[in-house]
Amino acid sequence: MSIALRRQLFTYGIVVPFAIVLAFPFVWMAVTSIKHQGEVYDPTKTWSFSPTLENYGFLFHHTGYLRWLKNSCFVGACVVLITLAVAVPAGYALARLAGRMGRSLGVAIFLTYLVPPTLLFLPLSRVVSKLGLEDRLWALILVYPSFTIPFAIWLLMGFFKTIPQELEDAALIDGCTRFGALVRIVFPISIPGILTVVIFTFSLVVNEFVYAISFITSSTNRTLTIGVPTDLIRGDLYNWPGIMAAILIPSIPMALVYNAFLNRFITGFTGGAFR
Amino acid sequence: MAAVAVRGSRRRRLRYVTERRGILATLLISPAVLFIGLLVGAPLVLAIYLSFTDATAGSLSGPWLGLGNFRHELNDPIFVDAIWHTFLFTAISQAVVIICAGLLAHALVHRFRGRWLLRFFILLPWAAPIALTAMGFLWFYDPQASIFTWFLIKLHLVSAVNHPTWLGTPTAAMSSIITVQAWRTIPFATVIFLAGIASIPQEVDDAAAIDGATGLRKFWYVSLPLQLPIALVAILFGIVFTATDMVVPYILTGGGPFNSTQVLTTWAFQTGINSGNVGEGAAIALFMLPLLAFVTVLMLFFARRAEVT
Repeated sequence: MSIALRRQLFTYGIVVPFAIVLAFPFVWMAVTSIKHQGEVYDPTKTWSFSPTLENYGFLFHHTGYLRWLKNSCFVGACVVLITLAVAVPAGYALARLAGRMGRSLGVAIFLTYLVPPTLLFLPLSRVVSKLGLEDRLWALILVYPSFTIPFAIWLLMGFFKTIPQELEDAALIDGCTRFGALVRIVFPISIPGILTVVIFTFSLVVNEFVYAISFITSSTNRTLTIGVPTDLIRGDLYNWPGIMAAILIPSIPMALVYNAFLNRFITGFTGGAFR
Repeated sequence: MAAVAVRGSRRRRLRYVTERRGILATLLISPAVLFIGLLVGAPLVLAIYLSFTDATAGSLSGPWLGLGNFRHELNDPIFVDAIWHTFLFTAISQAVVIICAGLLAHALVHRFRGRWLLRFFILLPWAAPIALTAMGFLWFYDPQASIFTWFLIKLHLVSAVNHPTWLGTPTAAMSSIITVQAWRTIPFATVIFLAGIASIPQEVDDAAAIDGATGLRKFWYVSLPLQLPIALVAILFGIVFTATDMVVPYILTGGGPFNSTQVLTTWAFQTGINSGNVGEGAAIALFMLPLLAFVTVLMLFFARRAEVT
């Protein structure tokens, strides 16, 4: 056997089984989502059944799903804006600060990303109630930057380090101010990197669970991640086909976007200080 | 005339200030530091303060208890078990992740047909919100209609009348939540491992080939040491995010049956939010700090190592 063929066999022999195991839950979700509620408990109808889209219709018309989707997107958009406003300048400055100082500060900010919501949700829930923000989406918008900003600064540091300093120096020589060089030269060429940060920040927000379930109590103010587990009940039972549909709708687009931006994510993530 | 001159000089002064590197850098960084200090630093201090008090829901303070909460917890068998469960949950799931992600990253590094599609499938568990996919698994582990049970019955591995209930017994429940945690962490670890492999320059590969290193020996003596720093970062990440996250056990078992899957985070949530004992809950959550400190030190160490190579 030639080396090339052996390598191909090795690759497919590992990648294909893993892909099947990792993606199978989504296949089964898709199958369940197009069954009638009565069919899902019947083992004889595992693969043979009459498909229906009624669960999707039910989700959109008779539950708070669209509302939760909107809430998640609203919080996501606000947090992305706050995060960019704070993290882009900081990420740039940290990438350009030479020497020990810049590097230590960068690592220190990164480490705050490791402080988990499960450690902070109790004190923050008290702060939120003192501010009168209980059960308001603004509570989430206020608190979420605590983990998106460190994460975004880290990624942006990685991106800005890949931009050669000479570009700015040339702009300075041509009479640009430092700030002008930043706005006119550096930011435009970092747009792909900034877009990557937007996507992963947004997905961090949509994924968040602990704060959302601690701060939000009413059904209309729920976000996706807490609405689906707590509210999609039909009678006494979980509405399983509806829940499966509710999972697939945000998951598939997210995975497509992740796949498209994966290489940029890797550049930013590993380029911060571990290089 | 005069007004214009004043405005001009003010602008010049502003310009003079922003031209100084140190000042500009401070201006750019300070909002971030302020934000993080207010939203991470201050709550952390508050958490430590609360853990020494008898604060209950609705108040920011309470009678000072000193080490009372900690003493109480250490004498509580549920808490002591929760520490052990957290360790099991983290250690086993992350060991599985390291092996699987290592294999997968080595296979994915080459170009092959269908790479985009297969990579999409592999990324799915990471991209999908875990609170939602955990609900999916709650359905897959259903006591009556579990797809896994149906598979095993088809293969005649279990009987249709006396099949396992995935979340019903302590051992099965622990294994089930570990499986989900490993499943969701594998893609991220794979991606970072992949970055580690890709960062090895082609020259190193060539030099190793000239020296006659192949297969496992090349992997052990050349590839592995070079990708280790980045891989370790991925592993430490996985450990922190598994030990400090509560979504998977919270949704799948809620800590049960009989507290057999109660981990630190779910126990802190139950005590602090559901039972309203804020001080006690804060004390429980603070037991995560030693782990965080340990991982921080390791990360700093490897960050420095990675720069050298």
